[in-house]
Amino acid sequence: MHSLAFDISHTLAGGLVLISFMMLYQDRLYSLLNVFALHAVVLALSVAWQAFVQHAPHLYITAAIALVFKAIVIPVALHRIVKQLGIHRDIESAVGIGPTMLAGMALVALSMVLMLRVTAEADPLAREDLAFALSVVLLGLLVMVTRRNAVSQVVGFMSLENGLVLAATGAKGMPLVVEISVAFSILIAFIVIGIFLFRIRERFDSVDVSTLDDYRGERR
Amino acid sequence: MVVISDIVVQGVQMLLVLVLAPLLTGFVRKIKARLVLRQGASVFQPYRDLLRLLRKEVVLADNASWLFRVTPYVTFAAIWVAAALVPTFATGLLFNWTADLIAIVALLGSARFFLALAGMDVGTSFGGIGSSREVMIAALAEPAMLLIFFCMALVAGSTQLSTVANFMASSYVGLRVSLGMAVIALIMVALAENARIPVDNPATHLELTMVHEAMVLEYSGRHLAMIEFGAFLKLLLYISLIACVFLPWKIALFGTGSLAYAVGAGAYLVKLAAAGFLLALFETASAKMRIFRIPQFLGAALMLGLLGTLLLFVSRSF
Repeated sequence: MHSLAFDISHTLAGGLVLISFMMLYQDRLYSLLNVFALHAVVLALSVAWQAFVQHAPHLYITAAIALVFKAIVIPVALHRIVKQLGIHRDIESAVGIGPTMLAGMALVALSMVLMLRVTAEADPLAREDLAFALSVVLLGLLVMVTRRNAVSQVVGFMSLENGLVLAATGAKGMPLVVEISVAFSILIAFIVIGIFLFRIRERFDSVDVSTLDDYRGERR
Repeated sequence: MVVISDIVVQGVQMLLVLVLAPLLTGFVRKIKARLVLRQGASVFQPYRDLLRLLRKEVVLADNASWLFRVTPYVTFAAIWVAAALVPTFATGLLFNWTADLIAIVALLGSARFFLALAGMDVGTSFGGIGSSREVMIAALAEPAMLLIFFCMALVAGSTQLSTVANFMASSYVGLRVSLGMAVIALIMVALAENARIPVDNPATHLELTMVHEAMVLEYSGRHLAMIEFGAFLKLLLYISLIACVFLPWKIALFGTGSLAYAVGAGAYLVKLAAAGFLLALFETASAKMRIFRIPQFLGAALMLGLLGTLLLFVSRSF
């Protein structure tokens, strides 16, 4: 089985992993937001392609949600938040870029090994999608762990959720209701996080989360 | 009879790279000049430069050892052999059993090793700076290049360049994300290895930035001609490597007639011109980066190669 359908979905999912790496690589806040928008666009393309391949029209709605909310609304809102807060636009990372990239490679390798072992019986398309989705999720977590700036942690969280959507569309048979509820819960989470950002900023004059440590009494 | 024609075709290939290399460099320079609205020298200027250098007297430092005098020839020979091994217009040539990807990396690596030694041989500070920077770049570029080659070899099932090109020219390849990553990484490595603009700018003599130029600063006359010719050949080598693996259209496959060879040669010229134009465009549009950012640039190439190799295991698993 070596069909064009498989190749295209493979390319899109692989592109998603690559864009996750680009996210790890960025050191400016605005370019990070732009890369995140690109991530969402590729996700929407990937989901739309799955809808086409699997003849599942409801997936088109998922793709549209991803495109409208994640590629347009959230990045634009984050741009405005960054502008309003007047945050320092360099991203302070807790770990240097080189080690972060190496850790990212290790995570991708881990997810490949794990998924290929666990899902040996599954359909190749779903299997490959799951492996990529797990790496996107892990890379999103890595973005959250290695960044101190709260805005970039939000971006990491959102890209993690992109990985979940990728997994859900690759494995056939996720009901539309679940997808919509996941999408909206993410939106709600985004709003809550946005409010928190303003609160953190008001309280500490910074969105660097390491200032929270002092407040908790954990001095370093 | 077959053997003779094989030898002739292989000889044509070896001469072709030799003849085309200065033309390619001249073409890139001309395009760059035109893009910034200057007239630019003729595309044949590199030939004239080489001839002029060959006629000039060699000036040697008093403390130059035999290594300093031998290096230009060793470097040129190694790069020429490597360039002759890469399929340009046809695969399955006489020497294709030696055209191993790892052998090509080794040839280029030894050429670079001798150049770096020669840079330090005379004992001037510029040579030392150039050599140390060159070795820093090489130490990062070579692992990336080997990983890219592993990726290609895993797709094609062989490290022999001729076989790889044959496989890529067949309809079996399809669209693969790993190969896309490999080609981007290979372009990045090629920019670094050829001292092109984001990494190094051979057109300047600014001590803060120069890498390759500082290393060969002590050379003159026919020695400099050999080194310059080697650099031209290396650019041609990388472009034909990218062309034969990733753009294998119309390349003459093994055992086809002379018409296919002619078509392959024509297609090769078109590919070279397109690649030269794109290179000039890219170099005009981008600025040279700081030397301390080069590890990040090449680290990204390494990462792409590694990621491509990893993703192969998913795409092959059906």
